[in-house]
Amino acid sequence: MATIKSSKGSEAQILSVGTYRPARLVPNSEIVDRIDSSDEWIQQRTGIESRRFARPDESVIDMAQAAAEVALKRAKLTITDIDTVIVATITFPYQAPSAATALIERLGNPKAAAFDVGAACAGFCYGLGMANDLVRGGTSKNVLVVGVEKISDFTDPDDRATAFIFADGAGAVVVSAADHVGIGPTIWGSDAANRDAILMEPAWTDYKKTPQSTIEQLKWPYIEQQGQTVFRWAVFEMSKAATRTLEAAGITVDQLGAFIPHQANFRIIEAMARQMDIPDSVVIADDIKTNGNTSAASIPLAMDALLEKHPELHGSLALLIGYGAGLVYAGQVVQLPPAPQ
Amino acid sequence: MALSQADVLAGLKEIVEEVAGIPAASIELDKNFTDDLEVDSLSMVEVVVAAEERFGIKIPDEKVTDLATVGDAVNFIVNAAK
Repeated sequence: MATIKSSKGSEAQILSVGTYRPARLVPNSEIVDRIDSSDEWIQQRTGIESRRFARPDESVIDMAQAAAEVALKRAKLTITDIDTVIVATITFPYQAPSAATALIERLGNPKAAAFDVGAACAGFCYGLGMANDLVRGGTSKNVLVVGVEKISDFTDPDDRATAFIFADGAGAVVVSAADHVGIGPTIWGSDAANRDAILMEPAWTDYKKTPQSTIEQLKWPYIEQQGQTVFRWAVFEMSKAATRTLEAAGITVDQLGAFIPHQANFRIIEAMARQMDIPDSVVIADDIKTNGNTSAASIPLAMDALLEKHPELHGSLALLIGYGAGLVYAGQVVQLPPAPQ
Repeated sequence: MALSQADVLAGLKEIVEEVAGIPAASIELDKNFTDDLEVDSLSMVEVVVAAEERFGIKIPDEKVTDLATVGDAVNFIVNAAK
């Protein structure tokens, strides 16, 4: 029997991170009246002081493009150097084709392999893990991974449980071949028994089933969540997953320069840090305070903000962990990208 | 394993102090978690999980809202551990 050839790659690293934050900064004061809440309550429960919303005419692709262009520039690469584009998002509002194909057309390399990842707030780490394996397996040489959301399109401004949490933005990284391990093993999985803890319903087909029904009758698929179930899972189960991620990478918590978890809620992040005994020497990303919860975009946005505030952390080790609707999670220990020249 | 009220109260005081930073001295049986001790529902999740681990019991989600005071929690834990 004829034998099939195999491909072999190399280790991979994050070459750069680039982001796009919408211009409109929305403080708590603009949100609270409609939901009968207060700035103090929101800050106490989530740590959030403000968030950013995209303009009505600003799309998921617009934001992804802006972030990607910064990442490419910092990596000193052009889009034609990129052979694979992965877009992690749950708010690209078309059934098909993917956001990634719209992005490659916009960026000017319509031939690259391109696909979307639907893993909610864990999407970026799912995408990063795949990018690492694609380079290590020899399938890809330069991968662009983008986390982007326009969740404001799917957030109910009258929902006391969610109106103040979610926000818009995009973050991108370039993953390329390296001569050292720049991205550790991915530890990932699910807890689908709690699948209904975070939902966006109904299904599009529900609108079709009752021809006379309107969105007002069936409701728009706003994001909804059971806060306490998610809090408990994130604080306790995700701390365990994060610890397994460190073990897989052979790294101890005190060897980290930074802890960059999905920016779901700062109370979750603080509680995770307590559970994991993260020492004071490790910088903990807190982008959520000014930027809100941007789901798949939150980790690259938080990484960029952390590096801007702590430029000495370029090249140091960071623990990333994404976790979200599904419930799903993924984490890696990575070397933070070098400072752009 | 049977637990005494005193043991459970002592354990709970340590847990609440660690989770919410409330001094153990101000934690008494008649104190209401939310109104007197400012332990909000998110902190209660952490208190509940720590108590489950410490006392080897389970506190179902739907029971947590019944535990308004420290005394309610102590009584629940003592009964659950029997």
